[in-house]
Amino acid sequence: MSHATVTAEPVPTPARLQAKVAAIGPLAWARTNLFGSVWSTAVTLALGYLIARVAVSLFAWGVLHAVWSVPYGSTGIADTSVCQNLKGIGACWAVLGDKYRLILFGRYPYDQQWRPAIVVLLFIGLYAVSGMRRFWRKELALIWIVTLTLVGILMWGGVLGLPLVTEDYWGGLPITLILATFGLAFAFPLAVLVALGRRSTGLPAVRMLCVLYVEIIRGVPLIAVLFMASVMFPLFMPAGVNVDKLLRAQIAFILFAAAYLAEVIRGGLQALPKGQSEAADALGLSYWKKTRLIVLPQALRLVIPPLVNTFIGFFKDTSLVLIIGLFDLLTMGKVALSDPPWQSFSTEVYIGLAVVYIAFCYAMSKYSRSLERDLNRARAR
Amino acid sequence: MTSIAPVPAEGERQFMSQTMQNGQMAQTLAGPPAIVLDKVNKWYGAMHVLRDVSLTVTEKERVVVCGPSGSGKSTMIRCINRLETHQEGRIIVDGTELTDDLRALDTIRREVGMVFQSFNLFPHLTILENCTLAPIWVRKMPKAEAEALAMSYLERVKIPEQAKKYPGQLSGGQQQRVAIARALCMKPKIMLFDEPTSALDPEMIKEVLDTMIGLADDGMTMVCVTHEMGFARQVAHRVVFMDRGEVVESGAPGELFENPRTDRLKLFLSQILRGH
Amino acid sequence: MSHAAADPRLVTARAAPRRRMRLSWTDPAFRALVWQIVIVGVVAAIAWYLIRNTSENLAARHIATGFGFLGRVAGIPIGESLIAYNPSIDTYGTALLIGVLNTLKVAVIGVILATILGTVIGIGRLSKNWLLAKITAFYVETLRDIPLLLQLLFWYTVLQGLPVPKQAWHIGGLAFLSNRGMKLPVLDWQSAHTWALLAFVAGTVATVLYNKRARRQQDATGIRPAVWPVALATLIILPLAVWAALGAPFTLDRPVLHGFNFQGGTTLTPEYFALLLGLVTYTASYIAEIVRSGIQAIPQGQWEAAGALGLRPGVVLRQIVLPQAMRVIIPPMTSQYLNLTKNSSLAVAIGFQDIVSIANTTLNQTGQAIEGIAIIMAVYLTISLSISLFMNWYNARIALVER
Repeated sequence: MSHATVTAEPVPTPARLQAKVAAIGPLAWARTNLFGSVWSTAVTLALGYLIARVAVSLFAWGVLHAVWSVPYGSTGIADTSVCQNLKGIGACWAVLGDKYRLILFGRYPYDQQWRPAIVVLLFIGLYAVSGMRRFWRKELALIWIVTLTLVGILMWGGVLGLPLVTEDYWGGLPITLILATFGLAFAFPLAVLVALGRRSTGLPAVRMLCVLYVEIIRGVPLIAVLFMASVMFPLFMPAGVNVDKLLRAQIAFILFAAAYLAEVIRGGLQALPKGQSEAADALGLSYWKKTRLIVLPQALRLVIPPLVNTFIGFFKDTSLVLIIGLFDLLTMGKVALSDPPWQSFSTEVYIGLAVVYIAFCYAMSKYSRSLERDLNRARAR
Repeated sequence: MTSIAPVPAEGERQFMSQTMQNGQMAQTLAGPPAIVLDKVNKWYGAMHVLRDVSLTVTEKERVVVCGPSGSGKSTMIRCINRLETHQEGRIIVDGTELTDDLRALDTIRREVGMVFQSFNLFPHLTILENCTLAPIWVRKMPKAEAEALAMSYLERVKIPEQAKKYPGQLSGGQQQRVAIARALCMKPKIMLFDEPTSALDPEMIKEVLDTMIGLADDGMTMVCVTHEMGFARQVAHRVVFMDRGEVVESGAPGELFENPRTDRLKLFLSQILRGH
Repeated sequence: MSHAAADPRLVTARAAPRRRMRLSWTDPAFRALVWQIVIVGVVAAIAWYLIRNTSENLAARHIATGFGFLGRVAGIPIGESLIAYNPSIDTYGTALLIGVLNTLKVAVIGVILATILGTVIGIGRLSKNWLLAKITAFYVETLRDIPLLLQLLFWYTVLQGLPVPKQAWHIGGLAFLSNRGMKLPVLDWQSAHTWALLAFVAGTVATVLYNKRARRQQDATGIRPAVWPVALATLIILPLAVWAALGAPFTLDRPVLHGFNFQGGTTLTPEYFALLLGLVTYTASYIAEIVRSGIQAIPQGQWEAAGALGLRPGVVLRQIVLPQAMRVIIPPMTSQYLNLTKNSSLAVAIGFQDIVSIANTTLNQTGQAIEGIAIIMAVYLTISLSISLFMNWYNARIALVER
């Protein structure tokens, strides 16, 4: 087909062409895409009606009749009677205005909350930098170490003139980000080892151990692992040693994440052509040199999109620490709702929380998809 | 014609010169029409892809359709068994006109076999099952009979020993020969080939072309979209050259290739020959 | 080209010599052995350290290990149960069993509903109708980006915010939705219904057998007898006839408002309903993507080739498209079913008493932390392993042979 080109016209496939050409003019577009057949027309009308109704009532509730702020009494307690009167008719966004700092930063000292705010920005910056392909080098590990150290300094303080703030006062979005990010950072090296162990044909005992670890962790819900960390962990430690609740949850997260990451990385190792490993052998590289210089750099590149998807999963899963009583973003939302005047406005708070989660997850999944497309295109070439 | 040339370009030339030495000249046939296209027009949205295409193929006639990519040759051949629908004009195949009538469609698809560029074998069925599927479900043939029939055609395309394998285990050339056998199992009166060798490696093209030549020798009515000029010279009664949705020239292969009348065909031929 | 000749490699006169291991660091086999001993040793040492600490801690706290507590009276109030339960006489063992049954109740119903919803949405995303495609895409995108736990809490509050039973929403006075959950009518079960059910089972067997016969007949003669009249007769007409012959009893136990609550009928508690709703809508967003990619994995050429052979659309779907799509769909679908089952453990956050919730209560009451966690793990590992094993077997059965 390629060796005969008299006319220079490109030849798109019929289906795609049809869609493209038909898109001339909004009327023609609507005829093909909304009213293509009797069924299509019926679906369009029914859906259009439903959407219109939902949109109208949502607009009335969320904007038209919404309460954006409430007066405060002389004692400083919010007077939510306006909201109470409009319950079910108008949204009470005032709850978010009143509680957003509590929800985002927890019980962190109020005048020091610029620190967790910077931490959040640092995390976002770290994600952005890690997402850029020109930073996919060994130095990226250094960037992670520096950023995570900075995060630790900012959160704890006690140095550089920053007052010390212990973990008991941490809460909100930083906890969510810390659990997810530190979880990934520490789980990753462990996962690489487990993945290599699971593929080592020469060491059956090690392979067995890795298989057991991965399958057991993946076979039970995260809650069980978290319960184990909160209930059984104290029993594991010698008498007198007390491990902080946040750290216990963090360890549980790392162990949980490593099992899932190991499977993702194993996928990358499997996808790598056998010839690469053989070529390295033929050059006389030892196992570890081969793995470090030839196999891992290529395999890890292959798995970046599924890695991002796994990370999105962890990010959402951090919300489960609510059940063992840690103050992440979701728990802080519930705490905010325990304040008597605001008790009945959970819908508004949940919507606010959902928006934060969606913002993070949507950005990451969008990135992962565009990356996948790029990598596929590069591979097809 | 048994040598397999090492380099594709040379192979093509050798193939052509051999057939010319064989001196098989195309003869015209006069018989009842098998396929009639009468001023067929087709649009994709605003793009006019077939413009007043008229073509009559008589029984036992072998027609090769060539032309640059985007010329509408594949669309035309796909209209003949209604994988694409035409919007204007008439198409009559084996006495049945192609319309929206589903019964007409059923009749035509039984009588017309098709071979695709990308084989389109069913990957989850064995070679034998690929071949027996249609005879069993369309021709209502008993299984044993269908299998015997399939084996006879697989022998004809010279791969009976692969019958129990799956398409993924076969080479491209073998897959395409299975695809031909699969179409033949329906005992079609007409065979359509849509660039059957374009997706193949050079060394596999010959085995598929040989199969098609064997078919031609048995007097099958064939319409074949291909760029294999050697094949066209040896087998075709008539070559049709299409460009930009139109039939530009048609005639006996020798005549058409030696004395192209239009500039478009001259340009096409020069590019084809340079391409090889 | 002939493969008929015997492979000379298979008729060798002597076996390959066995290699002996040298006790030297330059021998790869020896090296591998040392590595394995070292790694396994380290893991064992860590495990021994943890176990020793644990047993010391337990001794210090005077907690006896063992599963003896399972026989003790539980005293845990349980809101909903598939079997009879009385907290003042029944044991922890029974309570935990109820937990397992409740987990299965959510998982089984959830898997079925999520598959149906997910399939519908997945097909909707492929629709030529722009509006439908966009809305289903929006659904998938949004629900995947919100943590399931947040969604569960949301649904639970929504259900609790429903009107009181007196002002319950209802459908034809049969089903009621209020802040006490969903009230549904149940059929007053009589022996006639049992017989009709038996007739239905017999009809199923008959249909399967007849289908097999039809297949054999098709193989032999080429003509496939129609199966649907037999299916209609044995699956619908026969049970109906049995039921009618036994007097056609039909009475509904309907929920009726008495005072502040309903009586009669059956109840879906707000906890169960919220959990089911959250799990189904969330998992469906993943299943939709699986179904969509499964359908898109079938190249257009397969439809065309089948059509060009003259096969009817129904046959194409059954013989060509579905067998191939299922291969793409089943492995990821399995992991979604597993995810749904594991996610049902979030029930503990909204007060539905599944195995995690009841084991957690047990653990808090008895102090038997290790046993409690072990029970949770054992239950989920059993469920996960059985689903995996079944799916691996099924997958191997339909696996595609490729180079």
